Amino acid sequence: MNPFHYSKPVDVSQAISLAGAASRFIAGGTNLLDLMKENIARPEHLIDITGLPLKDVRETASGGLLIGAMVSNADLAWHPLVEQRYPLLSQAILAGASPQLRNMASTGGNLLQRTRCYYFYDSAVPCNKREPGSGCPAKDGLNRIHAILGASEDCVATHPSDMCVALAALDAVVHVEGRGGKRTIEFADFHRLPEDAPQRDNQLADDELITAIELPPQGFVAHSHYLKIRDRASYAFALVSVAAALELDGDIIRDVRLALGGVAHKPWRDKAVEQSLIGQPVSRENFVAAAEAILRDAKPLEHNAFKVKLAQRAIVRALSDAATGGKA
Amino acid sequence: MSETTNQAFAEHAIALTLNGQSRQLNVQPWSTLLDVLREQLDLVGTKKGCDHGQCGACTVLRDGKRVNACLTLAVMCDGAELTTIEGLADGDTLHPMQQSFIKHDAFQCGYCTPGQICSAVGLANEGRAQTADQIKELMSGNLCRCGAYTNILAAVEEALPQSAAKASAVSEGGIDA
Repeated sequence: MNPFHYSKPVDVSQAISLAGAASRFIAGGTNLLDLMKENIARPEHLIDITGLPLKDVRETASGGLLIGAMVSNADLAWHPLVEQRYPLLSQAILAGASPQLRNMASTGGNLLQRTRCYYFYDSAVPCNKREPGSGCPAKDGLNRIHAILGASEDCVATHPSDMCVALAALDAVVHVEGRGGKRTIEFADFHRLPEDAPQRDNQLADDELITAIELPPQGFVAHSHYLKIRDRASYAFALVSVAAALELDGDIIRDVRLALGGVAHKPWRDKAVEQSLIGQPVSRENFVAAAEAILRDAKPLEHNAFKVKLAQRAIVRALSDAATGGKA
Repeated sequence: MSETTNQAFAEHAIALTLNGQSRQLNVQPWSTLLDVLREQLDLVGTKKGCDHGQCGACTVLRDGKRVNACLTLAVMCDGAELTTIEGLADGDTLHPMQQSFIKHDAFQCGYCTPGQICSAVGLANEGRAQTADQIKELMSGNLCRCGAYTNILAAVEEALPQSAAKASAVSEGGIDA
């Protein structure tokens, strides 16, 4: 780890005033310190935000929830209001990492996790995300875990978070604050596709801090399910994951959300496909058609063609489980 | 990194409670809690396995919650209450979880054991595991390369109620932590 300066501001404006291109905010540190140990991240200044007053979960006037960025993943997953109103989010969080890491990792930090592409983590090889313009060894290398949707010539990495897949499905809103003031970012717009700038994972500016995540009132309590497919039963990143949520009127779909993890540089949603399910009855046939449509533009690499069929089957299963109550 | 480089960066004074005792320490910003425990304080019960948060050998309790000491900066522990494997026993009386690991022979080489035990105590504090399957899932952050999982599961399963009762008594101030 490189040497660095350390500060611990007591409020958001102080934290923002300290921030710059060579600094990083640190909360749980579960990913950042790992990257620093591997010399992938080399900040000159760490700004410890664990003292900021961003630790509350509170109800909004509209009936949603405002989750402080410093709420730990464990506290969020097990928060009574989240368990009762957003079981999809609880399930997704608990499907990720280990209990120790969930105790440490923050809500804001979860959004800022970097890819677990092994070439990104190996400083002995090129990587456009780590060293822009140096090349991508994953594209023609070992790419079993890599993207099948939305990738570019420059980067085929996937976003590793489970929590973010549920937040995408729930139409969460990210609250950020920087020296230019406060703004909100729709979750779908927060993370980027790699295009020709894979070094940028998201839309945040250097001086911007995530202060909260807002959930709209619709939590799909009765019919939602998070399905994660991985190489072992627990404590592994997703090969494919699906956050599925349905609002049903009898067996007619009134609203539906489908977000995929493990397949792209960001949680993947296809609103046109979701729209095509609305008004349709719950049926395996309709779910299969939606699954095939979502993957229609998939571009698998040498070692991850299996993900296309896996994702399609996972979508059908997640929607079916959601339709029957989502407790499976 | 050279010593001259080090000198350009300030050490930070922190105060914390470690195994029931107040401690004042000077730490470098980049020292992990794991390294400070082992190298600066000679508390070598907490083990360094992967040093990347993947194996759980470094698990300690921070304010009653299990965390990976290898991914925790010591400088960020100012004001924290920490318990390591050395702090679980009450004098010569082992913590119920320690006793249960001995009873069930829940180890071979023993390297993962301090982390397993601290993690299991954290699990009891959380109160979320009732069944063997839930224990397995919620102990998945602790790897055992010897594969002693069957006995670890038996040990945790047996000591969980007693350990949870101890935890709630501590939080209500009934027992000295």
